[in-house]
Amino acid sequence: MISQLSWKIGGQQGEGVESTDRIFSTALNRLGYYLYGYRHFSSRIKGGHTNNKIRISVKPIRSISDDLDILVAFDQETIDLNAHELRKNGVVVADAKFNPTMPEGVQGRLFPVPITAIAEELGTSLFKNMVASGASWALLGLPLEVFNKAVEEEFGRKGPAVVEKNVEAVRRGAEFVLELAGGPLSEFQLEPADGKQKLFMIGNDAIGLGAVAAGCRFMPAYPITPASEIMEYLIKVLPKFGGTVIQTEDEIAACTMAIGANYGGVRALTASAGPGLSLMMEAIGLAGMTETPVVIVDTQRGGPSTGLPTKIEQSDVLAMIHGTHGEIPKIVFAPSTIEDCFYDAIEAFNLAEKFQCPVILLTDLQLSLGKQSSELLDYNQIVIERGNLVTEAPALEENQMFKRYAFTADGVSPRVLPGTKNGLHHVTGVEHGEDGRPSESPVNRQKMMDKRMEKMKHIKVRNPILADAKHDSPDLLIINMGSTSGTIDEARSRLEQEGIKTNRVTVRQLHPFPAEELKPHIEKAKQVVVVEYNATAQLAQLIKLNVGHADKIRSVLKYNGNPFLPSEITKECKELTLVWQH
Amino acid sequence: MATLKDFRNNVKPNWCPGCGDFSVQASIQRAAANVGLEPENLAVVSGIGCSGRISGYINCYGFHGVHGRALPIAQGLKMANRELTVIASGGDGDGFAIGMGHTVHAIRRNIDITYIVMDNQIYGLTKGQTSPRSAEGFKTKSTPQGSIESALSPIEMALAAGATFVAQSFSSNLKQLTAVIEEGLKHKGFSFINVFSPCVTFNKINTYDWFKEHVVDLEEIPDYDPSNRIMAMTKLMETEGMLTGIIYQDKSRKSYEDMVHGFKPEGLAKQNVKLTEAEFDKLVAEFK
Ligand SMILES: Cc1ncc(C[n+]2csc(CCOP(=O)(O)OP(=O)(O)O)c2C)c(N)n1
Ligand code: SF4
Ligand SMILES: [Mg+2]
Repeated sequence: MISQLSWKIGGQQGEGVESTDRIFSTALNRLGYYLYGYRHFSSRIKGGHTNNKIRISVKPIRSISDDLDILVAFDQETIDLNAHELRKNGVVVADAKFNPTMPEGVQGRLFPVPITAIAEELGTSLFKNMVASGASWALLGLPLEVFNKAVEEEFGRKGPAVVEKNVEAVRRGAEFVLELAGGPLSEFQLEPADGKQKLFMIGNDAIGLGAVAAGCRFMPAYPITPASEIMEYLIKVLPKFGGTVIQTEDEIAACTMAIGANYGGVRALTASAGPGLSLMMEAIGLAGMTETPVVIVDTQRGGPSTGLPTKIEQSDVLAMIHGTHGEIPKIVFAPSTIEDCFYDAIEAFNLAEKFQCPVILLTDLQLSLGKQSSELLDYNQIVIERGNLVTEAPALEENQMFKRYAFTADGVSPRVLPGTKNGLHHVTGVEHGEDGRPSESPVNRQKMMDKRMEKMKHIKVRNPILADAKHDSPDLLIINMGSTSGTIDEARSRLEQEGIKTNRVTVRQLHPFPAEELKPHIEKAKQVVVVEYNATAQLAQLIKLNVGHADKIRSVLKYNGNPFLPSEITKECKELTLVWQH
Repeated sequence: MATLKDFRNNVKPNWCPGCGDFSVQASIQRAAANVGLEPENLAVVSGIGCSGRISGYINCYGFHGVHGRALPIAQGLKMANRELTVIASGGDGDGFAIGMGHTVHAIRRNIDITYIVMDNQIYGLTKGQTSPRSAEGFKTKSTPQGSIESALSPIEMALAAGATFVAQSFSSNLKQLTAVIEEGLKHKGFSFINVFSPCVTFNKINTYDWFKEHVVDLEEIPDYDPSNRIMAMTKLMETEGMLTGIIYQDKSRKSYEDMVHGFKPEGLAKQNVKLTEAEFDKLVAEFK
């Protein structure tokens, strides 16, 4: 019995790879396995090779694997591009129609199954996916009823006849392959899962769900990969709670509309990726200057410009911290798990209102789009904190305005919503006095800047860093952000086996930088490696600037669009450690 | 009930004496009182420009945003609390150059706000450059040989974009200006009002006298029917866009807010947003 397995399905974009993957993984999730998905896709809608890989495990996992056990191929290209990942006992289930062959030098066995032929016998080639997934499910020897239940849910709304045909397709695929292989393959029998109920979702859904739970009821946004799913989720859900989504004309409108809505008192967010964030920069400054809360999600993808729209990168970090001209209080933080995406979305809204400033939630493509298992989310942790929001203001004297920007010890002033009697005040992106009226007085200017920036001293997100630090004096401290923790932890267990003691710290709060929290971890480590997806080592730059110790900080960088494999991080960390030791 | 006085504050505008924007300010204050608003239920959102300062000169909630973005801020505000009356305002550069994309789409969207453009056919605040409204041949700091781009016709643009309320007026005609703003405020949907508001400092061509000579008051056209879009277009072309009054109104189309599925009459900002555990569980079930 094995404890984990990797499965991949590939074909032309638009061929149904997505839906097959969805049914296959939903069924596995029901059985209680931990799953971690990775989508390889391009900007084309139809055509072009696409594949989805799922790693299945009896223990929690948060990384793709180095290799592959089962490959389901709808075309020869899928085999040519992916068969090299197969491990020795690996299997390819391929459509017999295209006379599949294994490329030279590749290990693994080929099971040609008349996928298209069976599908067409049942009426239409659309059943191809079900034949193929039925075949690969059968090889695992898992109960077919669970799979059929997932099929039923996927096609239920199309009526019982469609469900029946699909179930039949699954059965035929399974039957054929079992005969070919002589029964389920013993080397692929997974240990039973813990059976605990889990969620299976992408980070974008978790952010959308978190936003709804946080009381967000309005989202203006402009579509972009890989952010659109947040918008799509909220389009589906918000109307049930009286809210709505507006697809705006551009991201400038999206951000300024969200600012207007927050000024009006409803929690609103927008979400985009690098190109959209570039357009929002002036608006972010407006939110900072007018002390208007706003939550913005940046689902990072490959930059610059249009860059690699469907590939992973973490190269917006410094732009998000420094972006907008002038100086404003701002919070930038990065979830690193699905659970984080949910709880951090809630926290982002609380922080935005508590500190009356823009909050940027920074994800990366793999966290946003990689479907994975999550622990159940805890209703009791949903807290809505609106900060210094006053609902009643004392009567004002003639010609006086509400002091919306009153000087206070922590820099946060009482906020009042339009519609409130005695709350009249002015809001402007021009420098202003306590009542919001424009002022160019040098004394006021300095005090107002200090007031706004004072807020930065008090900002702390939940778990600004997450440390997995079991060694008092590790050979290596690996620092990361975003989706890479799971891959790093797999690399660490391999490094430990080779006698290299490692700790890991994931930086979640990027701005203001949690230097005090990070410092002791760096100090007690012999060497430090910062792992990130960009070319200029942006997180490492932040660490060197805020904590110091530049002499012992090295970087492992990747910016070719593909996610890190555990083996790559293992190898690079080992090499760096060896260099240091000499 | 609030009176005109209640919409006045003690801030002295920094506009040049004689600037057309004074009349727009006065007309908004008067119209707000006439339609029975209270200052706390009115919000004026403005862009950047001389005209953009207007949000600070009316006793109400005022939001002075960034150049060209008054409309999205105002629409966001209205979506947050539809019980408020929201006016967006700014200059011709603000609305027809940098903010043109928002103008067209706000018109299409038809959220129930009133947009008032102070159209002086020049950039006032930046001291006299050409605007999308400057006539061909108009000499400015940025077009010393005279503008070689054709001038935008905002009213035709608004009609083409599907506006449900389109009006034009002139700073010298306070009575008409106040009346169209009142009607704009009452209209259920997006109201677009372009106001000829002369810049006495940088535009020596399109002066008060020039406008007096060129504007055509719709009152003078006996059978004019503001519900007839074709007539509106024809008359506009005949008068080279100089019509004033309510040029077009479609009372049948519902506002955006009234068409949003599940949108309640109560302002979103006032609603209880805490999910019950049952509601949360239902949302989570989708991911099991
Ligand atoms: C992004 C940006 N670009 C340029 C400016 C400079 N600017 C301020 S107002 C303005 C144009 C003003 O013209 P208009 O909108 O017609 O207003 P008016 O002053 O004539 O009332 C410009 C170019 C700015 N504030 N922001
Ligand atoms: S410069 Fe022109 S638009 Fe600006 S305040 Fe003076 S007259 Fe008015
Ligand atoms: Mg102007």
